[in-house]
Order: sequence, then C-alpha cells, then structure tokens
Amino acid sequence: MSEVADRTIALECRGIHKHLGEGASRVHVLKGVNLKLYRGEVSAIVGPSGCGKSTLLYLLGLLDRQEQGSIFINEQEVPLNRDGVHTELRCEYIGFVFQFHFLLPEFSAMENVMLPMRKLGRLSLQEMQARAQSLLEDIRLGDKLHRLPSQLSGGEQQRVAIARALANQPSILLADEPTGNLDVKNSLMVFDSLTRLAKEKGQAVLIVTHNPDIARKCDRTLRMEDGLFKE
Amino acid sequence: MTPSIAIAVRFLLAKKRSMLMSLTGISFGVAFFIVTQAQVSGFKEYFIDTVLATDGAIRISDKMQPIMTSLEASTTEGGKSSFMVGNRENYRFIEGVEFPNKIIESIRELPNVYAASPVVTGNVYIRGPLRNGSGFVYGISLEDHLAVSALEDQIIEGTVDDFRSTPMGILIGSKLAARLQARVGDSLLVQAVDQRSRFHVTGIYETGVSEIDKVRVFLHIGQARSLLKRPHGASFIQVSLFDRSKAPSDAQAIENLTRHFAASWQEREKSWLQFFYVIGLSAAITVSAILLTSGLGMFNTLAMIVMEKTREIAILRSMGYTRRDISNIFIWQGMIVLILGSMIGFSFGAAMTYGISNIPIGVRGIFTAERFVVNWSLLHYIYAALVATVVVLFASLAPARRAARLVPGDVIRGTAS
Repeated sequence: MSEVADRTIALECRGIHKHLGEGASRVHVLKGVNLKLYRGEVSAIVGPSGCGKSTLLYLLGLLDRQEQGSIFINEQEVPLNRDGVHTELRCEYIGFVFQFHFLLPEFSAMENVMLPMRKLGRLSLQEMQARAQSLLEDIRLGDKLHRLPSQLSGGEQQRVAIARALANQPSILLADEPTGNLDVKNSLMVFDSLTRLAKEKGQAVLIVTHNPDIARKCDRTLRMEDGLFKE
Repeated sequence: MTPSIAIAVRFLLAKKRSMLMSLTGISFGVAFFIVTQAQVSGFKEYFIDTVLATDGAIRISDKMQPIMTSLEASTTEGGKSSFMVGNRENYRFIEGVEFPNKIIESIRELPNVYAASPVVTGNVYIRGPLRNGSGFVYGISLEDHLAVSALEDQIIEGTVDDFRSTPMGILIGSKLAARLQARVGDSLLVQAVDQRSRFHVTGIYETGVSEIDKVRVFLHIGQARSLLKRPHGASFIQVSLFDRSKAPSDAQAIENLTRHFAASWQEREKSWLQFFYVIGLSAAITVSAILLTSGLGMFNTLAMIVMEKTREIAILRSMGYTRRDISNIFIWQGMIVLILGSMIGFSFGAAMTYGISNIPIGVRGIFTAERFVVNWSLLHYIYAALVATVVVLFASLAPARRAARLVPGDVIRGTAS
C-alpha cells in the first residue's frame, strides 16, 4: 500500500491481558498487548491459530472485556464496565467485518446496510437509502440492492457486509478473516473493496488474516505469537 | 417504525406457521373470554333488572328498637342527631311500618330517592271459578307503586287502567292464573283469616320470577286494609332510586334517618349475586386457560427464534443495538401477535355474542328469558385484552431477557471458531 496515513491515532490499547477458558483449560491468551491504529492506515495481524489475534480484535471492538489494560478511542479512554457506553461507541466509531457475513436473512442487501444507520438515527429514511445505495454501488452491487442474502454469492454477501460495516462512517474498521471463506478471486475483490473505501474515508483498518497475500498488501503487518506482538 | 419493530416484523414473518398458531390461540382466547362474560353478565344484569322492576331497589320494613346503648352524636340543642353508630344486633325489630307517610316524607329528602310506595301484605286463600289456591296479597297505592316497579309493563293480559278504574279489581300472577284457571273478567273470592271479599280480575301480570308469579296478587291498598284488617300502617315501603348502585349506602342512610330496617337489593339478593360472580369468575379462569396455552406456544416459538438468531443478535449488538433494543425486538413480536390477536378476537367475540343472543332458549325460574341474554360491555373487551396482555408479556419477557443477555463476543467467537 503506497498511500500515507495521516498519523492521527484512531484506536490505541495499552497492556491488554485476557484469559480464555475455565479451570484447567484456562489459557493466558493476551499478555500485555500494546497497539496503535492510525486513520487511513490498513494494518494486518498475522500469526498461528490460537495466538490471540481474534481475541484482541473483539476486545478492541468492545465486544469483550479485557482483564487488565486500557483501550482508547479517539484518545479517550473507554471505561471498562459500561456496556451502554461500549454499545454507543460501537455504533458510532467501529465497523465490523467477520469471516462469515452474518447478514440478516430476512432483509435485502440495502436494508442490511441501512440497519446501523437506522440505529444511529442521524439520517432521514431517504438519506439512509441513498447512502446504502451509494455504498453498494461502490462495491459493484448497485444492481442487486433488493436481493435477499440468499440470492447473493458468497463474495457478494461479504461485500454487503463491508458496506454495512462502513454505513455509519466509523473511524475504525475491524475485520476478522474477512476473506477466510472466499476463493482467491473473491478474496481480492473483497479486500480491495474494504481497503479502498476505508482509505477514501480516512478510516483505521485492522485485519486479522491467515492469508499472506492479503497481509502483504496492507500498510503494516503485525505478527502475533503467544499473546504478544513480535518485531 | 423503529428498527426494533421492523426487525420484529421480519422475524415474525419468517416464522409464519408457528406465529399463526399463537395468533389463532390468542384470538380464540380473547373471543371466548368476551362471549362467556357477555353471557354471564347478561343474565346477571337481566336478573338485577327483574329484581328492581319487581321488588324495588330498597325495602323499608320493620322498626328498629335499640336494646343496648348506642352512640349518638348530637349537633343541635334539641339533641336530634343525624349521626348514629350501632349495628343491627343491638336492636329488636317491631314488625311493619307504623307511619309510612312520615317515613316517605323524610326519605324524599335523600337526593338519590326517586319514589316510594307503601305496601300492605298478608296471606290469603283464593277461590277461583274452577280451582282454589293460596296467594299473597300486595295492597298497593297504584300510582305510587307504578313509580317503584315495572308493574305496568309486566301486565300481559288486561290493562293497568282497568285495575285503576275498578275499586274491587285484582291483578294476579300468570302462574297463579294458570293454577286457578282464571282469566281477565273472572270473579275471585279472596279470603283472609276471618274476612272475605269478591274481586274482579282486571289483569294478569308476569314478572318472570316463578316464586312471585304463582302467589302474588295486587289489590288497591284500601281493599287490602279492609281484607287484612289492617286499618293503618304498612308492611313495608318499596323505594326506587335514581342510581341503583348506591342502594347500600342509601339503605344505611334510611336506617339512620328512620330507625327502620332498610334492605338494599344487593343485600336481599346477595346469594344470587354471589352465584353470578362465581360463575363469571369460573368462566374467566376456564377461558384464560386457552390464552395460557397460546402463551406457552408463543413462548416456545420466541425461545426458538432466540436460539436460531443468536448470530443475528450478536451482529446487531456489534452494530450498536443496545440490550434494550434486542429485548424490544422480542417483546414487539409478542405485542404484534397480541394486538392482531386482540383485534381478531374482539371482532370474533362480538360476532359470536351477537349470534348467541339470537339463540332461542326457554329459561324459567329466577327470571324468564326467551333468548340468550347478553350484555354488551366495553369492560369485557378491556378485561380480555388485559388477560391476553399479561399472558403474552410473560411469554415474551423470558426469551427477550435471554436474547438481551447474549454476549456478542462469545457468540461470534464460537461461531467463527
């Protein structure tokens, strides 16, 4: 990636610790992780299975709670045990793309993209429809706005999920193996859509991936091993 | 439409068959609740109307004489009190009303009293043209009595004018007339203890209450006094009210004012009223079982949806939907079924109530009814909706809480791995 990020920190974590499991199977997954994500920069986390990549992603996305350490969004520390605050921050500042698209099967592509906007409630219905249409056209799905997820291919479903993640123009985009379920052609298409749109809008993107080609295309690659980033 | 409602509608439509079953159950439950209450309260209201049309709202009868000291509060120099604390156990009762006109004059001061009629009663033996039988005389002042009863409307043969214009006229109940084989225009010999007189049947009435129609006869009060050798006083005073529901407090006020025993219709008919109450309650409980069963079905369906939609719930949470939003999605599903079910139930219930009111039956006994008696009351619809609301709320709250408690990270991690 050749474009230069504006070096404004969108998300930072300091000294994150997290265990998973119970009793004898309890594992110390994250052992004091530090990370900064900059606006307009696409970062990748690579590493072996079970090293804590996805766990870190969910913590950074406020979907889970760390046992120790702090997370800062737009340089403001996120309080640890405030589910309401976490939900508001997710709504406004964070977009997620998962390995599986997780589209709501009862809603069309456009309606799925509108779901985050309807929750945020800053746009009128017409504005939401226009924005959803624009996002879907950007990822070349302008002719499939009203199709249900079941009427789309795997790659198309994942691209709709990307449009949905970008719906509220979040400053942070977190993607957990976004191409893990796709073939090579669709993987590249999804990755291109994700990074192009994020860069255009100056968003900080963090991708967890096992795909070395995808990792190489990112501005920065972070290798995680045994719960810590390795230089 | 809020996003929670929009999602609730789509989730519901995705489970059409299960939700249709719940909807049908709620609709039937609401409809049957309305129909049963309409019938029970219909018969109850009809019974009350019959009682009031026949025996009035209040009866003032025996004089109450204190046998123990009772507390009186005097506010005037003369010591006349309008306030007295006591109960009926502290009195002995002297039969009849000695000065009915004075009492009627004093109770007319009460704002809810519409009219009052003195009545002289006594047992008689009646000899008809073909057969004989016992009867019970009501000596009435006709104009007064028409104001405290529906006697005029109850006359099925002859007219009240014939009775008015015939000093020796007699009105007899339909069942007594049948027993005596007497008709309008016949002459009856009415015999009291040591007095007898001949009367002309000027009318046959029917209250619908068998016990009344087979013994009660109406005479002009003067003739009754002469026959029963009771030249003054009255056996009781029948009182009608503007607002029948206030009869117990008015009866108490009359007792305090006149020191005569006064019984409201609610006190006189307590056992029948309790019977109707129990029947109504029993019907409501039975029909609520239908609603409860539907509620269980709905609980099942919603619990299934929560289990099937954990990923969707997690993704909604990741987008910024709060626990309350998630909870509302499931509560709204219940509410949509409730609103639709209640609307359908209201319509179906009203249609069934109308249909039932046209079914011919021949009820005889405590009242007479040719068709099913129903009571059209908005309260039945409100109560039915309330019961359905409670059931649906219980059915949707537990799945809603479970959905709201899901931790999105756990769900997504579990699925992804």
